[in-house]
Amino acid sequence: MHLTKEEERIYEGEEGWTRKKAMEILVTIGDINNASKLIRIKSAHISGASYKTIGEAFEFINRLEGTVRVKSTLNPIGMDIEKRNEIGISGEFANKQKEVLEAYKKLGISAECTCVPYLIGQMPKRDEHLAWSESSAVLYANSVLGARTNMEGAPSALAASLIGKTPLYGLHQTENREPEIRVCVKCDLVDADYSALGFLIGNRIGNKIPLVELHPSSVPSKDELKHLSAAIGATGSVGMYHIKGITPEADAIGLPAEKIEIEKGDVKKFYEVNEEADVIAIGCPHCSSHELQRIYELLRAEGKGRKVRKDFFIFTARAIKQRMQEVVQKIENYGVKVICDTCFVVSPAFERYRCVLTNSGKMQRYVPLLCGGAEVRLCKTEECIRKAF
Amino acid sequence: MKIKGRSISKGVATGKALISKQEISFLGAVNPVTGIIVDKSLDIYGECITNRILIFPGGKGSTVGSYVIYQLKKHGKSPYAMINRRADTIVAVGAIIAEIPAVDSLEIDPVDGELIEDGEEVLVNGTEGYIELQ
Repeated sequence: MHLTKEEERIYEGEEGWTRKKAMEILVTIGDINNASKLIRIKSAHISGASYKTIGEAFEFINRLEGTVRVKSTLNPIGMDIEKRNEIGISGEFANKQKEVLEAYKKLGISAECTCVPYLIGQMPKRDEHLAWSESSAVLYANSVLGARTNMEGAPSALAASLIGKTPLYGLHQTENREPEIRVCVKCDLVDADYSALGFLIGNRIGNKIPLVELHPSSVPSKDELKHLSAAIGATGSVGMYHIKGITPEADAIGLPAEKIEIEKGDVKKFYEVNEEADVIAIGCPHCSSHELQRIYELLRAEGKGRKVRKDFFIFTARAIKQRMQEVVQKIENYGVKVICDTCFVVSPAFERYRCVLTNSGKMQRYVPLLCGGAEVRLCKTEECIRKAF
Repeated sequence: MKIKGRSISKGVATGKALISKQEISFLGAVNPVTGIIVDKSLDIYGECITNRILIFPGGKGSTVGSYVIYQLKKHGKSPYAMINRRADTIVAVGAIIAEIPAVDSLEIDPVDGELIEDGEEVLVNGTEGYIELQ
């Protein structure tokens, strides 16, 4: 890979250990991906913020010095900063988590702690180059917004933010954004069906960019696209998808020869487990304002003055909670807890349950692996709320 | 026998092969404190990757996987080295920050079981980008 004189100086360590290490990461990634050079990025989104998931790897972040070179945002951490006691986070964990957060803040990273930076003012424009980690956000940025980022690792996004650049390869280049397989959906989809679809796509076609052809009556909302992005990201290894007639780059491209079909039965299977759930969790990825509003309306319709009978958590970004204060208050009046800065999967606070009900395909994938052995059951949002009473 | 590939992460190590034919999502698939594979959907479920030469097609899933590789190293439970069919960013960066030797793109596919058998002794030279079999 060609390096400018300045980049070479950094690589040789003339600007200190942190920038040297960051440059080493970028150069190695560039080399293994046959990148020709580094390009400037507009923003970075950095995962690996929860002490639960990074554990002792925090040592690496703590050693870094200096300041990031572009607007950089952080993924959810392991607790709600204001409700740590309420959700039962130990003092020991809280202290470690605060240290991690401080280490990131010290580098100039904005501590919003959300997986949906694109919903809180970090909205990339079409064709802008980014270095984002957090697979759900990567898929959303590439597919729905038409911005350009590879599926960065937590440390590679951090390295890119420290240098302000990323290697030019993969999804930064137009020719690598072409679809490689058609996914023809034979049934109408709504709500959590998009989580199921994402799960199926990730599992069945892994690393090929899909061109999804939805049933003519399906018009996905931004929230549904968010869930589709999250489920593909959790199960597959591809950084973008196209939906014919919906996503910005889908119509300028040809049809790939390879094709799979998704039938109604494939989607229905996700809802057939009959395990009784003891907790309900919505907000993976973090809920949008619109989702909060809808949840409140469903609670009102279903609750008829009653409080929920099961533990019920909603996860959102603090900025969204503040924007929606009144609705959040009304939701909490039903006995539902609205949690910020963290989520069901990356916090240790939610490891005491047997079976979780959710509308998220990403949780469908990660709860069995990361939440103390709990099972998970996918439901439409409406059904999640009905089961709460 | 020496098989050429590409350097991913520098260093040299020798150990017994552990082969998975499936892509691995390190976050959730492996316990970083014990080195044991806990993802039931993997063909090496229940195996311990510690001090083995871990051979698999590549990484997938959560990008936090790189830090899981770092944690494995920190706890003394990491593989000695890794061989990928095609390294992805998650595994490559994990190997670099944890300083675990790694190679990919070998002249002969390392994953399908014909070149290397489970338990066979393998040398990985991540600095020069090759592996060596007895």
